[in-house]
Parts: sequence; C-alpha cells; structure tokens
Amino acid sequence: MAYQSQSLFFFSGRMILSLFTRPFYITETLEQMYLIGVGSLFLVVLTGMFSGQGFALAFSQELATFGAKDYLGRIMALAIVRELGPTLTGLMVAARVAAGITAEIGAMKSSNQLDALVGFGIDPIKKIARPRLISLIIMVPVLTIVCDFVAIAGGWVIAKFIANVSTTVYWSYVIDKLNFGNMFMGLLKPIVFSFVIAFISCFYGFTSGGGTKGVGRATTNSVMMTSITILIVNFFITKVVGSALRGYQL
Amino acid sequence: MIEIRRVNFSYWDKQILKDVSFVVDDGEMVVVMGPSGSGKSTILRLILGLECPHSGQVLIDGQNVCVMKEKEKQQIRKKIGMVFQDGALFDSMTVGENVGYYLLENSRLRWEEIADRAAEMLGFVGLDPNEVGDKLPEELSGGMRRRVAIGRALLSTNPRAMLYDEPTTGLDPNATQNVLGLITKLHQEKGIASIVVTHQIADALNIADRFVVIYDGEVAFDGDQDTLRACQDARVKDFLLPFRESFERVARKKFIGLEQG
Ligand SMILES: Nc1ncnc2c1ncn2[C@@H]1O[C@H](COP(=O)(O)OP(=O)(O)OP(=O)(O)O)[C@@H](O)[C@H]1O
Ligand SMILES: [Mg+2]
Repeated sequence: MAYQSQSLFFFSGRMILSLFTRPFYITETLEQMYLIGVGSLFLVVLTGMFSGQGFALAFSQELATFGAKDYLGRIMALAIVRELGPTLTGLMVAARVAAGITAEIGAMKSSNQLDALVGFGIDPIKKIARPRLISLIIMVPVLTIVCDFVAIAGGWVIAKFIANVSTTVYWSYVIDKLNFGNMFMGLLKPIVFSFVIAFISCFYGFTSGGGTKGVGRATTNSVMMTSITILIVNFFITKVVGSALRGYQL
Repeated sequence: MIEIRRVNFSYWDKQILKDVSFVVDDGEMVVVMGPSGSGKSTILRLILGLECPHSGQVLIDGQNVCVMKEKEKQQIRKKIGMVFQDGALFDSMTVGENVGYYLLENSRLRWEEIADRAAEMLGFVGLDPNEVGDKLPEELSGGMRRRVAIGRALLSTNPRAMLYDEPTTGLDPNATQNVLGLITKLHQEKGIASIVVTHQIADALNIADRFVVIYDGEVAFDGDQDTLRACQDARVKDFLLPFRESFERVARKKFIGLEQG
C-alpha cells in the first residue's frame, strides 16, 4: 500500500511533466474530449436534474415551516455550486470515465500494445495518459457547470410549481449567491477532481497485470479509489479554501 | 550483434533469469525453446530494453542497452523489430494504419504515401492489401494478424534483427508454414538476424540450426541440431521427450535430402 502510493505519486509527477513536452498528439486529445464530454453529458444532466429537484423539494418543505421558503434560491445556489455540483459530477465522471480509461489502458497493457508503442519510440504516458488528463481538465469543469445549471433549474421547477416561490425571487437569490467565493470554489473543485480521476485511472491501467481478471480488478479498484479520493479531497477543499475565502462574503 | 552476458533478472522476489548468456551474430537465426514460464519472452523484453537486468548486461552492437538514455534506446530499437506474442496490434486502428504506424508517428510523409507503402508491405507478407487494409485487427484471423505484426515491424525501420515471440502458436499447419516461410525469407533474402521463440519443436528444427533451450530461467542448452539430439542433460531430455518422433522425422528427411543431393 505504501509502495503503491509512492509509485502513484511518481506516476502523477511524470504525467504532470509530460504536459510540457512535445509531441502533443492533438488528434488524440480532441477525440478524448469528445468521448469524455459528450459521453458523460447525459449522465450528468440526469443526475443534476433529479438531485436538484430532490434537494429543492426537501429544503422547500423545511424552509416553509420557518416561513422562509423564499430563501430556496440562496440555499440551492450555495449547496449546488459549492458542493453538490462538483461532487456529483466528479463521481459520475469517475464511474463512467475512470472505469473506461483503466479498462482500456489495462487491455492495451495485457496485449503488449503499450510495449509495442515503446518499441516504436513512443512514450505511452504522452500518447495515452496525457490526452486523457488534458481532456478531463477541460471537460470536468464544463460538465460541472452544466450539472450546476440543470440542478438549479430543477430546483426552480419545484420552486415554481410545488413550493409557490416566484420565479423572480428564486433566480435573483440564485444570482445573488453566484459571487466570487462560490464560483471560485465551484470551479477549483472540478479542476482538482480531474487530476484525481486522470492520475488514479491511468495509474491503475498502467500497473494492471494478470490478464483479463487483473484488468477487471484494476477497473473496480480504480473507480473505488477515485470516488473515495474525490469525496475526501472535496472535504479538504471546502475546509481549507472555505476559510481562506472568508473575506469574500460567502 | 546481440550479446546477453551473465544476466540475472527477477520480478519482485521471484527470480526469472539466472546467469543467462548467449550471443547472436549478424545474420544468424537462433531458435529459443523452453517450457511455458521459463523466461523466453522476458529475454526478448530485455533485448529491446523494455526491462533492465539486475546484474549482467545486454549488449547491442557492443553497447549496453540499460545504461542508455531514452533517446539512445530509440536508436537501438530502430535496429531491432519485435513481433510480440499475439501480435500486439493496436486494436483501435485499421490494419493499414498499424502497418504504417512507425511512419505515421516518425516521418513527415503524407498519409497517402504511407498507405501505399503499408499496402506494399501487406503484399510482401502475403496479404491482400485491398481486402484487409481497412479492416480492424479483430476482424482478421490469428495467422493474418501475426503477418500484419511482422509487416509492421519490418516497415518501421528496416531492422537488422527481428525478435519473434511464438509467431506460430495457435496457427493451423498451413498458416504456420506461411509464417515460418516468411521468417525464413526475411532471414535469407535480407540477412536479418532472427531470434524465434517457439514451443513447436518440429517447426523449429526446420528453420534453424542453432538452438537455445531455456529451462527455469537458465540456459540448459546452446548448440546445433545433432548436439541437441545427443544432449544428455536431464532437463533438455525431459523437455524434448514428447517430440522424439518429430525429431526422427526431420532427421530422416534431411538424410533423404542428402542422399538425393
Ligand atoms: N509483469 C510480470 N510480473 C510478474 N511476473 C511476471 C511478469 N511477466 C512475467 N512474469 C513471470 O516471469 C516468468 C517468465 O515469464 P515469460 O513470459 O518470460 O515466460 P515464457 O517463457 O515466455 O512463457 P510462455 O511460453 O508461456 O510465453 C513467468 O513465471 C511469469 O510468471
Ligand atoms: Mg512468452
């Protein structure tokens, strides 16, 4: 375990270094962006919509008992932009994309394709891992924004048709809460998550062994580890960045 | 051109190769045999510099592969083509792209030119480029895939040596003859030094006259056919036992050949 986290650490270092060296394999990167972005879109929209509505439903009932249901927009924006949007998106991408990345790289490894690449003078980290890292860095924040928007819009549906909160009140509170602190936190998280997903999923792929079964095991471990790491990292960002940003009226 | 000098190698705490040494000269054909798991593929990986020995050296043209920088290793790998066990074709690319892969990555040629040369190479290895060029590797049979892999290795760099890891395992007799014919052709026409790893002793006897037997990570035998037949080493005899008959058959064929010639 200690050995493994050490090699994960060095592996991540190599991936980061690879970001700055040629050749860049633009085609692969665009292809991965498409696969990751478009591939996860439906899942993220679905998750965002139902979570947003569920959340709004629960909160509006609770707020109504205080006679404060007009505040629904504030709570929704805060909870979704800072916590729910990034975490849900991160977990969904982890489930869908991390599994795919680990399985694909693992299959390439077990059929010697990675060695064949090296034999042709190509660094598999640059050719295989880096395009996925870059695509994740770009697509996870984009997907998070989509998720945020859909979830808040889902909350609006509940606000308007079930909780009887006026549309103007709901949205003006939402916009009120989209201040620098929340936006910063809401975008920092997905960027950090994208590194987590890329590092762990590629690492498990590259280090998988033991044939088909080994690849299956690596895939399961990869999804589990990315999910847990995302949740833990999320907590620490909320804690540390939250207190650092206290000056910016959260 | 390839020299393996007193190499020891282990995965974790499991020792795979013990004090392995042998030399392959320019233009020589050597068959490496041995039971499954004895370390044959590992030897090929060491030659290509994919793995480093824990002690001892792997020398290519007198240069130690393992102390090299990545750039220099590239130069070495240009001299050596490798056909992996099961081909290791890139399964997300078409057969044509696979064969032209080295040029795609390392040259400034346009795709049309690369495709032409890939098609030519497919023809050389005995496949119809029009038929298979645009297919994916998974749509080919095992024997065809093996030939694509050989073509891919050849088109890369005009290698001076080829490493074949079990090129005929799992092929029917016809396909086996095809692939072996191709290996022999390359060896004889282009003078490519070849190391062929195989379990199929009958085939091995037909294509080479130098044999290395690896047993449990050690070189149990290194010599020609007659010495191999007469070898009294218990490990070698044990390994060859099931193949007595094919031995006799090949020897008889040779004998008849001698009489007629
Ligand atoms: N990546 C690895 N990690 C740990 N052990 C390995 C690894 N690769 C190979 N081995 C072990 O090294 C030994 C030699 O493997 P190698 O692939 O060289 O055998 P081989 O002679 O080519 O066998 P086969 O004829 O079945 O291909 C085996 O016992 C195998 O278990
Ligand atoms: Mg092998």
